[in-house]
Amino acid sequence: MDLRKLKTLIDLVSESNISELEIAEADGKVRIVKASAQASPSAPPPAHAASTVVAAPIERAPVESAAPPAPTGNVVKSPMVGTFYRSASPGSDPFIEIGSTVKVGDPICIIEAMKIMNEIEADAAGTIREILCENGQAVEFGQPLFVIE
Amino acid sequence: MMFKKILIANRGEIALRIQRACRELGVKSVVVYSEADRDAKYVKLADEAVCIGPAPSAQSYLNMPAIIATAEVTDAEAIHPGYGFLSENADFAERVERSGFTFIGPTPDAIRVMGDKVSAKQAMIKSGVPCVPGSEGALPDDPKEAIKAARTIGYPVIIKAAGGGGGRGMRVVHTEAALISAVQMTRAEAGAAFGNPAVYMEKFLQNPRHIEIQILADTHKNAVWLGERDCSMQRRHQKIIEEAPAPGIARRVIERIGERCVAACKKIGYRGAGTFEFLYENGEFFFIEMNTRVQVEHPVTEWVTGIDIVQTQIRIAAGEKLPFAQRQIACRGHAIECRINAEDPYKFTPSPGRVTMWHPPGGPGVRVDSHAYTNYFVPPNYDSMIGKIIVHGDNRDQALARMRTALSETVIEGIQTNIPLHRELMVDAKFVEGGTSIHYLEGWLDQHKR
Repeated sequence: MDLRKLKTLIDLVSESNISELEIAEADGKVRIVKASAQASPSAPPPAHAASTVVAAPIERAPVESAAPPAPTGNVVKSPMVGTFYRSASPGSDPFIEIGSTVKVGDPICIIEAMKIMNEIEADAAGTIREILCENGQAVEFGQPLFVIE
Repeated sequence: MMFKKILIANRGEIALRIQRACRELGVKSVVVYSEADRDAKYVKLADEAVCIGPAPSAQSYLNMPAIIATAEVTDAEAIHPGYGFLSENADFAERVERSGFTFIGPTPDAIRVMGDKVSAKQAMIKSGVPCVPGSEGALPDDPKEAIKAARTIGYPVIIKAAGGGGGRGMRVVHTEAALISAVQMTRAEAGAAFGNPAVYMEKFLQNPRHIEIQILADTHKNAVWLGERDCSMQRRHQKIIEEAPAPGIARRVIERIGERCVAACKKIGYRGAGTFEFLYENGEFFFIEMNTRVQVEHPVTEWVTGIDIVQTQIRIAAGEKLPFAQRQIACRGHAIECRINAEDPYKFTPSPGRVTMWHPPGGPGVRVDSHAYTNYFVPPNYDSMIGKIIVHGDNRDQALARMRTALSETVIEGIQTNIPLHRELMVDAKFVEGGTSIHYLEGWLDQHKR
């Protein structure tokens, strides 16, 4: 499905009182679920595992006017604008998976900016509880990437 | 071919201005913002908005890799640098182009030549644009040379940083006794502020007016001048009020200097919008510097010529021909702009904070360029200008009357602004008469000390 169309649908859901929207068309089916303020401990809806939505990543904070449910634990945020990669090169294993243990300074992902691969390091020790972005997703400064507990 | 997407590498009212121009042209735009600008109006209205860094400019609006990376991940085709920040940074323009994007502005070389005030002057002298009498190039280290130069030029003289501009890095010297230390101090300041200790010397004009010429040049060898602006009402070299046309200067005189500027543009291969700034005294023009970008006060020229300067910048960058020839450009009526700063109107201390009520003026001939709105938080990290009120009338008297009316309707609460100062200046006898020099406002402020 066209990314632009997807983005419009996501905006529609987040700006309205709709909590769940499912659309089936010739070129695909989409189900968008809005995370409720109390319940979900996980990331803002665009990255919600249950939905089939691939986040249109570069928008202004997309969710409800109430702050998106803050992930507990240490949130690793992107220190720069760029493209997020899970592994050092295409085809090689990701640096970490959910459940991996990390020490401070361990590389956990790559953010590519202007053709330079920047290794991002864990800023806390613990276990990777959540991975909040998809491989190849564009990220902005301050965007939550991982939750370490 | 018009761009499909432009990245706006700036903030505040000019970011909104560029966004509007893009929208009208049917071009998508991406805005970049620092964490301090998350709630800016143009961010909320953006097609796409990307946070590029924390509040400090060095890590956000001056952060070249972050801006170019944003263009990459959003598939922007061109970058509009606005004014200030990286707009006159030749290295940035070069990196933008090397990364495969169009820089909406002149070539990096043109920026370089005009950015160095010494080389700019030399280029202008070669093009027949009259300059302020001064040292031939940068002052050599030998103090005896400075003394010789000052004696030739005649006191008072002004020492200026070659890498400066926009009113920064300058010192006036009235007597020979004060010359050497003035040169040394200006050099040291220049080295610290601009990374370039080169200084040059010019005759200090006692009572000049600041008159500037707006030009536009395309990539098809066409260049035009869009009339002049009088920006003499300044405080510490910062413009507060601007107007077009300049009161009391014959059109024929402006035409002559306008043609010289166009000739200079063609000679240096200039591209895009630009402004030649002059000091005007006793009927003569003296070139001081060229700004290779769109200027804050561009709306007054837009009012009197009917030409959208920002859209034309975009069209030029997209390779289009200028849609008008010199003979089609006419100056109609009179326009005045008042810059609205978030500051104490008489002490000039900055006044950031939350705007609890923003009520702008309206009506015929009134234009408000501002990114502010009720409940907007003016961040403390950037310059204090939060908007501009620009009016147009059939003549200067009507423009003044419109500005007085507009200012009387304007309500901005929660922060202090210089609106009260503008109200007083709009009824000041000498300003109303027109033609005041660049020293007038400071003298007025001294007299009206609160």
